Amino acid sequence: MTSKPFPNDSNWLLASLFTVMLPHLGHLPFWMWGLMLLVGTWRFHLTKNHASLGIWVILPIAAAALFGIAFSYHGLFGRDSSVALLACMLTLKLLESNNRRDFIILILGCYFLTVSLFLFNQSIFAGIYVLLPLTLLTCTLIGISHPNGQLPPRFQIGLAIKILVQGVPLMLVLFLLFPRISPLWELPTDAYSGMTGLSDSMEPGAISNLSLSDATAFRAEFKGSPPKQNQLYWRGPVLWNFDGRSWKMLNQNVDLSKETLASTGESVRYTVTLEPHNKNWLLTLDMPSQLPKDATASPELQVLSQTPVRSRIRYEAVSNLKYTLSPELNDLERIFALQLPDHENPRSLALAASWKKANLSPEAIVNKTLEMFRTDKFYYTLKPPLLGVDPIDDFLFNTKRGFCEHFSGSFVFLMRASGIPARVVTGYQGGELNPVGNYLIVRQSDAHAWSEVWLKDKGWVRVDPTAAVSPDRVESGMESLSIGSRALPIFERGDHPFLRNLYHHWDAINHNWNQWILGYDDKRQTELFELLTGKRLSWEDFTLGMIICVSMLSIPTYLFLVRKLRQPVDPVLRLYRAFQAKLARKGLPLFDHEGPVDLSERAIAHFPDETGTIISIIQHYNKLRYQSQFDPVSFKIFRRLIRDFK
Amino acid sequence: MTEGLREKLQWRNWLRTASSSNGASVLTRRHIYILPTRFGIGFGTILLAMLIGSINYSLSLGFAMTFLLAGAGNIAMLHTWRNLFQLRLRPLSVKTVYAGQDALFEIGIADTRHRKRFSICASFRDAEKVVHDIPESSEVAFELASPSVARGWLIPGRITIHTEFPLNLFHVWSYASMDLKCLVYPHPSDLNLPIPPSPSEGELGYEAKSVGDEDFNGHRTYQMGDSPKKVDWKASSKEQGLLVKVFEGTSKSTLWIDWFQVPFHDSEQRLSQMTRWIIDAHCARTPYGMKLPGLEIPPDDSDSHFHQCMRTLALWGKNDQ
Repeated sequence: MTSKPFPNDSNWLLASLFTVMLPHLGHLPFWMWGLMLLVGTWRFHLTKNHASLGIWVILPIAAAALFGIAFSYHGLFGRDSSVALLACMLTLKLLESNNRRDFIILILGCYFLTVSLFLFNQSIFAGIYVLLPLTLLTCTLIGISHPNGQLPPRFQIGLAIKILVQGVPLMLVLFLLFPRISPLWELPTDAYSGMTGLSDSMEPGAISNLSLSDATAFRAEFKGSPPKQNQLYWRGPVLWNFDGRSWKMLNQNVDLSKETLASTGESVRYTVTLEPHNKNWLLTLDMPSQLPKDATASPELQVLSQTPVRSRIRYEAVSNLKYTLSPELNDLERIFALQLPDHENPRSLALAASWKKANLSPEAIVNKTLEMFRTDKFYYTLKPPLLGVDPIDDFLFNTKRGFCEHFSGSFVFLMRASGIPARVVTGYQGGELNPVGNYLIVRQSDAHAWSEVWLKDKGWVRVDPTAAVSPDRVESGMESLSIGSRALPIFERGDHPFLRNLYHHWDAINHNWNQWILGYDDKRQTELFELLTGKRLSWEDFTLGMIICVSMLSIPTYLFLVRKLRQPVDPVLRLYRAFQAKLARKGLPLFDHEGPVDLSERAIAHFPDETGTIISIIQHYNKLRYQSQFDPVSFKIFRRLIRDFK
Repeated sequence: MTEGLREKLQWRNWLRTASSSNGASVLTRRHIYILPTRFGIGFGTILLAMLIGSINYSLSLGFAMTFLLAGAGNIAMLHTWRNLFQLRLRPLSVKTVYAGQDALFEIGIADTRHRKRFSICASFRDAEKVVHDIPESSEVAFELASPSVARGWLIPGRITIHTEFPLNLFHVWSYASMDLKCLVYPHPSDLNLPIPPSPSEGELGYEAKSVGDEDFNGHRTYQMGDSPKKVDWKASSKEQGLLVKVFEGTSKSTLWIDWFQVPFHDSEQRLSQMTRWIIDAHCARTPYGMKLPGLEIPPDDSDSHFHQCMRTLALWGKNDQ
């Protein structure tokens, strides 16, 4: 199989390569775009002129490209650079593809590059798009397996689609039944780059940056109706350490006392589908009373998974929206909850000292601070001005414009300075109800920071200073605000009800896609089949079931493909057969070897009453069958005669 | 001996061959074999790699694409198989050749399932492959070459029919044997020896030496073994094929092409030389007779006479005469 492919095959291959490379362009270095364009045009002209290149032309280009990749990716070997390398090699291989073997190597490479698209994007669009390169690659294969001439392109496309469609039943069986197992080995670290979410520290600007992203953080389905907006505090990392600029989590080795939860009021049960963010944090509503499976809670009641969340996961949890936490605070916790950097933000320290001197109760101090935020011309904005050396002072007494991190940070600072234990809690607040799927969408733009203060006999109590400044933020969610440059695209805003409705439908489709297609893992597989069979199946069961289904599937497929096609029957012949059948029903035996004239003679002998009809039927039959010109009038008469023949 | 043994032990020889009944052989499911091609193995390997990648990165769509390709590959196996299924082969015609030429067997391969067949490749073993499409419900003539080595009956053996359409993933093949044989005439000698005069009628003998002096009598197409000197290059350049000048001899009298008059001892060389002379005589339309030990064919100049002489020479001394 080393014969030369036709120019058509080469162009098919070129088209396939184009569609394979296209979705990868976004994560390839710019110079490779140029290389691909150059090589593609070059190949096209080589094919047109039936020319080929020597290895001495290609080698230096290949060497330069390799060097370019090493340079672009700083010599790192990981997901991105491997994909770039494969794309580059396939592009260059195109230049020296002259025979069938080269084509085949290229096609195999293309399959691999196509599947690697899913490393970057597993959306519905990506899934549909991939069908295009797959069809074109199949067309190329059909072309090169037909060495004795070029097939019409339309036929090639038709056959390619047919083969792929006929492959769907097997795909479905394998997809459902192939036992899903956990990864075989550790992945390179850059496999998870680009996942956004909360961070383990908070400095001015961190959350407002996150707020610019309308990416989905998670979706939550409630058993029953969801709680009110102002109760939806999704608890994330709890931050204690303040170094003057940023707030950080406590070192994990610090031994805090276990929190106890005394719940009052009813509990809410809900299921969260969390997007991967490469951290251990599982978001739950304040406060979780029943943890998701295999999860643990930190002493400050942040729920943690055992491994970083690197793929979309689902978990069920129960929370109590009204709660009382342990009234005890041990000395270590008290130290952490009162820690402040020395000699910074003097004006804030002085303000707190004045409150302390006035002998105000902790509750009064909290209220006074909130009062200050409310009345003292503080503004809630996504675009706060930059802060100076003493950021808390600068914010509280100068700029007075800030985002939730400014408010919660300075609030906790003032509390600590007044001697009240306090900490910052980050997470998400609110969410948008999708009426189509009846679930809550929580976006990165819903990221929020609030405070908790420890009050004697009450334990830790949530205080949201942002709510004091901008109650709308907490009452009805982010989209009700028109502050700064909001991240929400036009269809998510409230002013276009039709677009918004469309968006909800689309998000519901996405949610199902995530749940059932992308989220179809070992857990889902077992769940689904437990529902169908009533038993928990092991992977051995799945393997056996898969083998049985595949073999059962192959029998009808075989029969369908190998069936004998019937030749289109001539309508004249069909009518004649009907006539024969009518005669047979009347008691005239039929013989295979008998021609129409002999038959008519016997028929007239049997049924002398019908002589005229039989003769004209046979005359029309002979005329229609054996005359080169088809006579429609004769055909109509023939048809009527036979129909009326009794 | 070892060659013969190796031949016998070849695995291909253990595979079933569709034999002919009523002159045609039909490829049924008992006769069709299938194996993945090299590309097919490569395809399987890539699918495996894609599967491992999908497992490792938990790519649901990766699984889906891998399984879709697996499904398509699996279906392609059936497509390839049915491309050969129920083909009917029958011999159409064969032309006699001179030893050393390729014997061309015309085989009619027909679809019996009202389905177009693509890239059907047929060949005798180790011979050049012929690839054609077969339109639905019709027959296509495949001209299969089998090299001839020696005079006598050439039995080309079984025909291999194979196809890899549509995806090149699977090689599907079948063997068919039919009553095929081709008579191979002896190789005409390349030597330009004159026909010696018969002892009794020596003066009437046709003298090849005088060829140059004779009158030019037109062209005929090149026959194997013709001297290049006789080729009319000028005329050939215009026409299709090589043309050879033919000269009219002076005498129209009978020639005897006699085994004992051939100046060689080796019987194959003798037969070869006689073949040459008969071709020359036939082309010159001179009546000629042929004498072999214990056999004499009376002179004539018809085509059937020519073929009778050739047939006798081809089968001379062979058992299956």
